[in-house]
Amino acid sequence: MPAPRTETVETLVTGLRAGDRRALARAISHIEDGTPLARPLLAALYSQAGRAHLIGVTGAPGTGKSTLVNGLALAYRRRGYTVGIVAVDPTSPFTGGALLGDRVRMRDLAGDPGIFIRSMATRGSLGGLAQATADVVIVLDAAGFDRILIETVGVGQSEVEIASTAHTTIVVEAPGLGDEVQAIKAGVLEIADIFAVNKADREGADRTVTALKMMLGQGVPDKYPIMHHGRLLPVTLPPLEAAPSATWVPPIHKTIAIQNQGIGELLDSIEAHRLYLEQSGTRQWRDRLRAASELRMILRDILLARVLDRTPVERLERLVSAVAERRLDPYTAARQLLDADRA
Amino acid sequence: MSLFDRRELDALQQDLERWQQETLAPTLKRMPERRSEFVSTSSRPVQRLYTPLDVADLDYRRDLGWPGEYPFTRGVHSTMYRGRLWTMRMFAGFGTAEETNARYKYLLQQGNMGLSVAFDMPTLYGYDTDAAEALGEFGKCGVAVSSLADMEILFDGIPLGEVSTSMTINSPAAILWAMYIVTAEKQGYRRDQLRGTIQNDILKEYIAQKEFLFPPEPSLRLVTDTIEFGCRELPQWNTISISGYHIREAGSTAVQELAFTLANGFTYVEAALARGLNIDDFAPRLSFFFNVHNDFFEEIAKFRAARRLWARAMRERYGAKDPRSWLLRTHAQTAGVSLTAQQPENNIVRVAIQALAAVLGGVQSLHTNSMDEALALPSEKAVTIALRTQQIIAHESGVTNTIDPLAGSYYVEKLTNEMEAEAERYFRRIEALGGVIPAIESGFFQREIADAAYRYQMEIDTGARTIVGVNDFVADEPIAIPILEMDPHGYERQVARLKRVRAERDNGAVQKALRELADYARSTENLMPPIIAAVKTYATLGEITDVFREVFGVYHEPVFF
Amino acid sequence: MERKIRVLVAKPGLDGHDRGAKVVARALRDAGFEVIYTGIRQTPEMIAEAALQEDVDVVGLSILSGAHMALVPKVQEALHRVGREDVLLLVGGIIPDEDIPILQQMGVKGVFGPGTPTSAIAEFIRRELAASEPVA
Repeated sequence: MPAPRTETVETLVTGLRAGDRRALARAISHIEDGTPLARPLLAALYSQAGRAHLIGVTGAPGTGKSTLVNGLALAYRRRGYTVGIVAVDPTSPFTGGALLGDRVRMRDLAGDPGIFIRSMATRGSLGGLAQATADVVIVLDAAGFDRILIETVGVGQSEVEIASTAHTTIVVEAPGLGDEVQAIKAGVLEIADIFAVNKADREGADRTVTALKMMLGQGVPDKYPIMHHGRLLPVTLPPLEAAPSATWVPPIHKTIAIQNQGIGELLDSIEAHRLYLEQSGTRQWRDRLRAASELRMILRDILLARVLDRTPVERLERLVSAVAERRLDPYTAARQLLDADRA
Repeated sequence: MSLFDRRELDALQQDLERWQQETLAPTLKRMPERRSEFVSTSSRPVQRLYTPLDVADLDYRRDLGWPGEYPFTRGVHSTMYRGRLWTMRMFAGFGTAEETNARYKYLLQQGNMGLSVAFDMPTLYGYDTDAAEALGEFGKCGVAVSSLADMEILFDGIPLGEVSTSMTINSPAAILWAMYIVTAEKQGYRRDQLRGTIQNDILKEYIAQKEFLFPPEPSLRLVTDTIEFGCRELPQWNTISISGYHIREAGSTAVQELAFTLANGFTYVEAALARGLNIDDFAPRLSFFFNVHNDFFEEIAKFRAARRLWARAMRERYGAKDPRSWLLRTHAQTAGVSLTAQQPENNIVRVAIQALAAVLGGVQSLHTNSMDEALALPSEKAVTIALRTQQIIAHESGVTNTIDPLAGSYYVEKLTNEMEAEAERYFRRIEALGGVIPAIESGFFQREIADAAYRYQMEIDTGARTIVGVNDFVADEPIAIPILEMDPHGYERQVARLKRVRAERDNGAVQKALRELADYARSTENLMPPIIAAVKTYATLGEITDVFREVFGVYHEPVFF
Repeated sequence: MERKIRVLVAKPGLDGHDRGAKVVARALRDAGFEVIYTGIRQTPEMIAEAALQEDVDVVGLSILSGAHMALVPKVQEALHRVGREDVLLLVGGIIPDEDIPILQQMGVKGVFGPGTPTSAIAEFIRRELAASEPVA
């Protein structure tokens, strides 16, 4: 839809900071669509963000994530916090379209001015997380929401990516989805700050809890995988006196989200984790980590774009053919591109 | 013991191959078939030819039996339509109770044999006409009944002890039933004289029609209360019409309609058994309601498979001893979704074919859609044509002269067997999920139905499936959606009547009855007696439903595509 | 980054027949749009709030109960109150001929009756949105 002609970075920023939900929704759209206002908006909002506590909710399909997010949002509202929710669903690789079906499970939140729900599609991101999700979260943060819940697709690498965006990551499990604990199957056990075993009234809930406890007992990892924009970043951890993660043991909560059971306790754990992050210095450490990776990633994108922009299409195509026909290896081809660029 | 001789079958197999090579192949070479695959309305592939080889194991006594005897494949009565025709029951109801009352009297005059009540949207959802949620929806798809006063007007001058009345109502069924019972008693009839049906099938609401109010467990309790009450007090009343119609309308295939409906039926049986009722006390009064869609033979096979599946389950799994418990008796309605807005007269033909399939399928009662019924409430002329369709089939077509005439057709028997086997596969999948209610909560049914609906629409959009008048044989006519002229002041009159009812009743008695109802709701006692007591005080539908909303909670569905 | 067309498919009022709404939602997804389906039993306020937060281009109402003359104005009012009267408003379902011009006067840009191929809806949306894009 056409952007109203009166839209500028200033009007949007002023608007959303003042609680104008239209401005907020429009700002998010600019970010999502990568319009000319997107980068200036982010530049203006970035320093206004950092107050909100970001909570990632991830897990396999069928674990009841949306219902859990619904329950958490309600519980936060009752305690007086404002809540922003970003719900991510996959874009079809074939059609480019998406069915964004999380909002429909959050009926209870309708009509509450202290809640804002935005559904996003991954739009071709390699992982399960929308490329723009982290930036959209910044907008909600700058808009003043106390807590931001980020619900993801729950397949593939999106869980790991969520862990680098969110401060507290909740991994949701549910019994009866198969023999194994899904998080173990996906290899993403390490990213959880908190576990929620949802649909805990089902057969097998206690077994799932036990399995998780056993896995966790096998030791807490001492490194953090960082994902950004769908890509895994090789991490060099900055030095720190003590591995901060060693002192937080992820609690396991049994919940029945659809009956609102266990939500209060889950919320308490989130808040406890938030305090832990502050007091242990982990939050600042992770913020540094994220800033480092973000800078690196964006730099990578800019440099790549710069090189490609200056390369005639035919030259690129010739190099691609050479590599495909194995007349040239890709590393040499890349060097040639770079050298040509410098020449 | 098979009907066919094994050696003969072997010879037949060889001869079939010969036919395929010598006669069929050359024809195909000269003139390929019109499409690469022929599928039924449910997208299931249909063979070119069916032969004894397709039903080699057919055992007449085991699989077909005799009409009126287990497993009832050939029909529930030993004389079927030679003894008595199916009930021609035309669904009706619109606007105010007065208008509907007039339509009922008209239909009874025209030879309609049973009354069928359609309620408006607010009533279906337990809202009084003047509720905020009801705004704009009064009387549009049925009659508004907000209190006993409306029920009394609806049946004014109609002797309830002498007609059979079917009420299409689900979540608030117990309440409307209570109003009907009290109205009949006021006319001087005893409860045991009353005949009829309440649809009261809450499980299919979660699956298809979405008119649920409360969560599944308390809703199932309410249904079981009505079954128990019916057993005790209204032995001639069918307290539930286990429905596949809506499941099919939501987009399911014929097998899904069959399997999901029967699975719901099993759930009700199990709930009643858990209540301590004896199966032979309530099972004979369980009735069904199926769709009749376009595919002629698929529908006939569906009805036959349904009877056989139900009989086997009731006798072998649930141990029912009374043969009447093994019977699957069904009402049918021609498929609303098959009607087109374009060239509506074509719908008369569609309905005729569908009605014929229902009759050859052996149904006990039938509603035929009017040609414009999917678009608006039908005019008198249209509903008369629909009724005449049934009468012509009954009296002029000859199909009622003999019982289950298609038995023995290789195609029909093969299809019956296949549908039975596929339904049983669905039963096992549902059981693996923990039963119908867990399956509902996990979205199993909704996903199956949404997939089938989408596939069907894509077949139409791509032209793989022809719908006459819509994507082929189109005419350049504007679509005229007729409006049945309803009384424009109906809403105001209804609201005024509600005000009067509330003003003139003993409000102290109303409040007392509602409080007692809430206590009963929180207990495990049967809810029919306190509902009847509340209805007598002229407590409104909305007031009673609100008590249940408060105690049971309100259900929001998890959406599945 | 490309701009995606975002559509809200909503069922206002009591009517629970969602087969059409769900089929259209899926078909629009297959046409490359991002579709938010609200579910059944939506009040006009809920629809407007969703349209606002999700910054959709299109709101499609599915109404089969005959209550469109009461529901559409209410939805329009609610959209107006949140400042989204600019949205492309479409109605699908059972709408008598006589009511179509009245709905159009209310601001409904397209009415899609029974038998409409889903591709026609997608094409309509693309055409309408392209026509209303400002000249660069």
